Amino acid sequence: MEREIRIGKEKYSMSSVVFNIINYLGFTVFTFICVYPFYYLIINSISANHLSANGSIMWLPKEIHFENYKQIIQLSGLGRAAFISVARTALGTLLTTIASGYLGFMFTQKKMWGRKFWYRFIVVTMYFNAGLIPIYLIMRNLQLTNTFWVYIIPLIVQPFNIILVKTYVESISPSLQEAAEIDGAGILTIFWKVIFPISKPILATIAIFSAVGQWNSFQDTLVFVTDQKLYSLQYLLYTYLNQANSLAMLMKNSGASGQNMQAIAMQQTPTSVRMTISVIVVLPILFIYPIFQRYFVKGIMIGSVKG
Amino acid sequence: MDSQKRLAAKKKAQGFKYFLMIAPFLILVLLFAYYPLYGWIYSLYDYRPPLKLSQSEFVGLKWFKYLFSNTGQIKQLLQVLKNTFTMSSLMILTSGLPLIFAIFLNEIKASKFKRIVQTLTTLPNFISWVLVYAVAFALFSNSGMVNSVLVDLGIVDQPIKILDSGDHTYLKMLLWSTWKGLGWGAILYLAAIAGTDQELYEAAKVDGANRFHLMRHITLPAMVPTYFVLLMLSIANFLNNGMDQYFVFQNAFNKEQIQVLDLYVYNLGIGTSNSIPLATAISVLKSLISVTLLVSVNGLSKKVRDESII
Repeated sequence: MEREIRIGKEKYSMSSVVFNIINYLGFTVFTFICVYPFYYLIINSISANHLSANGSIMWLPKEIHFENYKQIIQLSGLGRAAFISVARTALGTLLTTIASGYLGFMFTQKKMWGRKFWYRFIVVTMYFNAGLIPIYLIMRNLQLTNTFWVYIIPLIVQPFNIILVKTYVESISPSLQEAAEIDGAGILTIFWKVIFPISKPILATIAIFSAVGQWNSFQDTLVFVTDQKLYSLQYLLYTYLNQANSLAMLMKNSGASGQNMQAIAMQQTPTSVRMTISVIVVLPILFIYPIFQRYFVKGIMIGSVKG
Repeated sequence: MDSQKRLAAKKKAQGFKYFLMIAPFLILVLLFAYYPLYGWIYSLYDYRPPLKLSQSEFVGLKWFKYLFSNTGQIKQLLQVLKNTFTMSSLMILTSGLPLIFAIFLNEIKASKFKRIVQTLTTLPNFISWVLVYAVAFALFSNSGMVNSVLVDLGIVDQPIKILDSGDHTYLKMLLWSTWKGLGWGAILYLAAIAGTDQELYEAAKVDGANRFHLMRHITLPAMVPTYFVLLMLSIANFLNNGMDQYFVFQNAFNKEQIQVLDLYVYNLGIGTSNSIPLATAISVLKSLISVTLLVSVNGLSKKVRDESII
């Protein structure tokens, strides 16, 4: 018999207690590793810049100031990129969510001519991909490269989302639609007034995933866009990360001058530029994520049921 | 009879109307999923960008042959394939980690702690690879936190080159993708655990099973079907590492090891050089192999588990 330990009324075996300690410790460490980098970025972006530049701020911010944000927001291109990112996220999410709902619903209409064929026509595209270069060439032929629409139009029809909605709508009793039809409602009215409101949970999940995807998207700017006016925030961050040295020089010259300690603390360094922009880009995710986490979890579960 | 016929005709007309109502979306699918396949013909021409395809010379399979023609090209291709195979194999070898993560997290009884762990460990999955790179730079560059601690403690004299180095590139890439994906990957398995019949546990406890027996003989088997599907999918995606991660971390020092197939195709066709026909030829081969892999893996799944994964 193993040795046992008594805590309160419960009895635990020795190995079980040791396991618990290691388990809790392990998860604490891993969770810390997941969170600390974000914390590190934030405290460094508001600390004195000469301290953040040599990596000496680890736990608490020192000599807190917000000069970095004031200066970086004025960087040319940042406001525009933020606008592009917000616009593509809002419009892209809206269109793909409505299209997914609409198509998912329409594919439940047994009357539709060639329904099964067209459904497969869409679904099968999940399983092949012409490849990056052919897609680039076609986007260019369609004159979508270097336009805002390259962020939106190709992403409207998402097969996986359509499957999700179709499955969901099929689980709703068809009598709802029949009742509306007897009342003389057309198919669009039924979609908009009956199906759309009922499908809100699944559509919310689709919207959240699509929004995060749009916000984080980076590759489409890289491949399809050379016009700086159309840079997304993610892409701008990438270029800034690589040009932080020259940016810091630029801002040093135009920004706060003088040699007193306070000025030095606020003078931009490559590190302060990088960290501040990173925080600006990650902040929306940090805010939105805890609020919508249950949708994310729900989304992946629904997806797994479909298999 | 007549009215029945009219009803049938009306139904048919309505069915066609429904089709027309989704037709614009079908056109989008045609344009963005099927039409790019037509782009494959660029691999058969001696295409140079400012010129049009119609002005280019048809060269047949020249570019496909070129891939295997001279030793320099073969060597490069082999290196890229080695990188791809190594990264994909490492991913498959570590594909059990989310499963283990889920089993162990399931053993945590403090529900608040569990929820916090779950929320915070899934967070990295929702940031872009550019931001992961930003984080990497902040912590691991020459003036980053890690190096400043190491130098302060006197463990090293000079900052270690962690990012600007070609050493252990595979391992570093694996660690970054584990950091980003582990917590999220576990969620599917946690769902599978939640769906396990609680009576099984009770019954086993009555039979004298301790918690390790339960973990090994009840929780683990409950997750095998999910694991199997994900494993099959990752085998089907053996050639598709994606390029975001490798692109942001690529630099002059690690280029040799970091160029996986997806990144290589990008660099070759758009990024550093401009060999569009050659890059297209590789895209074509890659797509064909991927589809073949998917079909075979699906066949395997049908045989082994009597279940299709697609």
